[in-house]
Amino acid sequence: MPIVVPGAYCLAVATPLPADRSATSGASDDELAISVRGLFKSYGDVQALDGVDLDVRRGTVLGLLGPNGAGKTTVVRVLATLLKPDAGTARVTGLDVVRDAAKLRERIGLAGQYAAVDENLTGLENLTMVGRLYGMPRRLAKARGRELLDRFDLDEAANRPVKTYSGGMRRRLDLADALVAKPPVLFLDEPTTGLDPRSRLSLWETIEGLVADGTTVLLTTQYLDEADRLADTIAVIDHGKVIAEGTSDELKDRVGGERLEVRLDDGADVEAAVRALAAMSDERPIAEDGLVKLSVRQRRGSIVEAVRRLHESGVGVDDLAIRRPTLDDVFLTLTGHVAEEAPATEEDAA
Amino acid sequence: MKRLISDTLVIAERNLVRLPRAPDLLLAFTVQPIMFVLLFRYVFGGAINTHGIPYVEFLIPGIIVQNIAFGGFVTALGLNEDVHKGLIDRFRSLPMARPAVLAGRTFSDIVTNLLSITVLTITGLIIGFSFRDTTALHVVAGVGLLLLFGYAFSWVFALVGLLVSSPESANSFGFIAVFPLTFISSAFVPVNTMPTVLRDFANVNPFTIIVDAMRHLWIGGPAGNSVWGAVVWPFVIIAIFAPLAVRRYRRAAGG
Repeated sequence: MPIVVPGAYCLAVATPLPADRSATSGASDDELAISVRGLFKSYGDVQALDGVDLDVRRGTVLGLLGPNGAGKTTVVRVLATLLKPDAGTARVTGLDVVRDAAKLRERIGLAGQYAAVDENLTGLENLTMVGRLYGMPRRLAKARGRELLDRFDLDEAANRPVKTYSGGMRRRLDLADALVAKPPVLFLDEPTTGLDPRSRLSLWETIEGLVADGTTVLLTTQYLDEADRLADTIAVIDHGKVIAEGTSDELKDRVGGERLEVRLDDGADVEAAVRALAAMSDERPIAEDGLVKLSVRQRRGSIVEAVRRLHESGVGVDDLAIRRPTLDDVFLTLTGHVAEEAPATEEDAA
Repeated sequence: MKRLISDTLVIAERNLVRLPRAPDLLLAFTVQPIMFVLLFRYVFGGAINTHGIPYVEFLIPGIIVQNIAFGGFVTALGLNEDVHKGLIDRFRSLPMARPAVLAGRTFSDIVTNLLSITVLTITGLIIGFSFRDTTALHVVAGVGLLLLFGYAFSWVFALVGLLVSSPESANSFGFIAVFPLTFISSAFVPVNTMPTVLRDFANVNPFTIIVDAMRHLWIGGPAGNSVWGAVVWPFVIIAIFAPLAVRRYRRAAGG
C-alpha cells in the first residue's frame, strides 16, 4: 500500500487499512475507538494543529510520531478533554470530546511524560485517591489500587511516598493511575521519554499486555523504535499536520530499510566481503575505505548471517552494526527537510 | 452536588495526609509563629503602650489574625506545584466535580488553620494571656471568625498560586503584599500612634476590623467597628477572589 504523499494527508483516512487487518477494512463508526476530523488549534500565532485527521480502530495502537512542537501533545490534550479545539471534531468511543466531555472522562485514561503523581503520597494512596475521584467507594478503590500495584511490580513500594521512587517506578505508577477505571481507551503522551533502557522495555511490555487485553491506545513518541515496536499504525505529524500514515514497515520502505555497516580488519579482502554479503541485499553493497555498507531486507538475524558469511569467506571483521532509520531519515524522506525543532511554544502553552 | 462534596473531601484528605510528610511546611505553621509571639511579647512588647491592657493580651488576638491570613499560603504552594507537576491535568481528565480541586484545597486549610490557632492560643496562655471579660460563647465565636477569615484568605492565595510561575514568586507576593498590610493595622500596636496617613489606612484596613472584633470577643475590648462588620469582610473577599481563582483555574488547566 503506498504511503500518502505529503500535503495530501487527508487521503490517509480514506486509504484502505494495511493488509493484515484488511479483512475488516472500511471500518464502520463503531469499529473506530477514535475518530478525528479537521482538527485545528492555535496558541496565539502558533498553529499547533493545522487540520488533523486520524482514525484508530478498536483494540489497536496508533503511534503519533513527530518532533517536539509538532502538535502531538495538543492532539492528546484535545482527545483527553483537557483542551477545546478551535475547529473540527473528535470522537472517542463514539462520544464527542467537547459536547460529551463529562461522560467521556469515565472511559479514558491519560498518562503523560511528566508522571503526574503526588510525590508526598504513597503509591497506594495515589491510586486510592484516583479511584475515589472516579466515584468508587474507598474500599473498592483501595482494592483496585493493590491489584494495580501488584500488576506493576510496585507492591513492595506500596506504602512508601512516591518521592522515594525511581523514574521508572513513577511512570509505572502514572500508568497505573490511568488504568484505575479500566478505561477502554488509553492516551500515552511520550510514555518512555527520559527513561533508562531497562525501564523503557518493561513499560513497553506492560503496554503490550494492555493491548492484548483489548485496550485501544494512542501513544505519542519521538522514537521510531518505540512506534515500531508498539504501534499497529503510525501517523507522522509535523507542523500540526499528519504528513504520512501507515504501518512501520511501510514507513521504513519509504526511508530505505535497515542498513548494515561492516568495518573490515586492516588488509582484509574487500571484494571477498562484498561477494559474501551481496546475497543479503537487493542492491550491490557499497565498499569504501574498508567499510562495507548494504541495505538489508530485514533486521532480524542480519548480524548473525553477516558474521557467518564473512567468517566462511575468511574475511576478518573489526566492527559491525545495523543502523536503523531514524526519525530524521523519515522526515527527510517524507518532507524533504530535516526534522528541526519547531518553535517550542506548543509544549509551553499547552 | 453529592459528587462535589465527596470529591472535595477526597482532595482535602489528600492535602492533609501529605502535610506531615513535608516537615518544612509544618514548621512554618508551628515553630515560626511561636517565635514571632515570643519576639513581640518579650523584645518589642515592653516598649509598646497599650493603654492599660497588658501587651500580651493585646498581642495574641492580633498575631493570631496575622497568622491565619497566611494559613492559605499552603494553598498557593500546593496549587502551584499541582499545575507544574501535571496533577491538575490528571484531575481534569477524571470524571470528578470541576470545582473540587480548589474547594478541597481551601477546605483543608481550615484544618491547618485550626491547628495554628490551637498552637498560638496555648503559647499565649503559657506566657500570660488570659480570656477575660468574656464568655465561652464569645471565645468560640472568635475561633469561628478566625476560621472564616482564614478561609477567605485561602481564596486569595488560591488565585496567587495559579497566577505566579513558581513557589518563590508566591512567597514574595506574600511578603510584599500581605505582610505589610497586616502590620499597618491594629494587630501589633494601637493605631493612634501612627502618622495620619497610615492611621487612616489602618482604620479601614480589614485586618484592623477583624483584630478589633477578636479583641472584643476574647478580652472584652472595644470592638471599634462592630463584630458584624468583621463577619462581612470575609464574605466580600470570597465573593471577589473565589470567582477569579476558579476562572484562572480553568485557564491554567488549559480549558
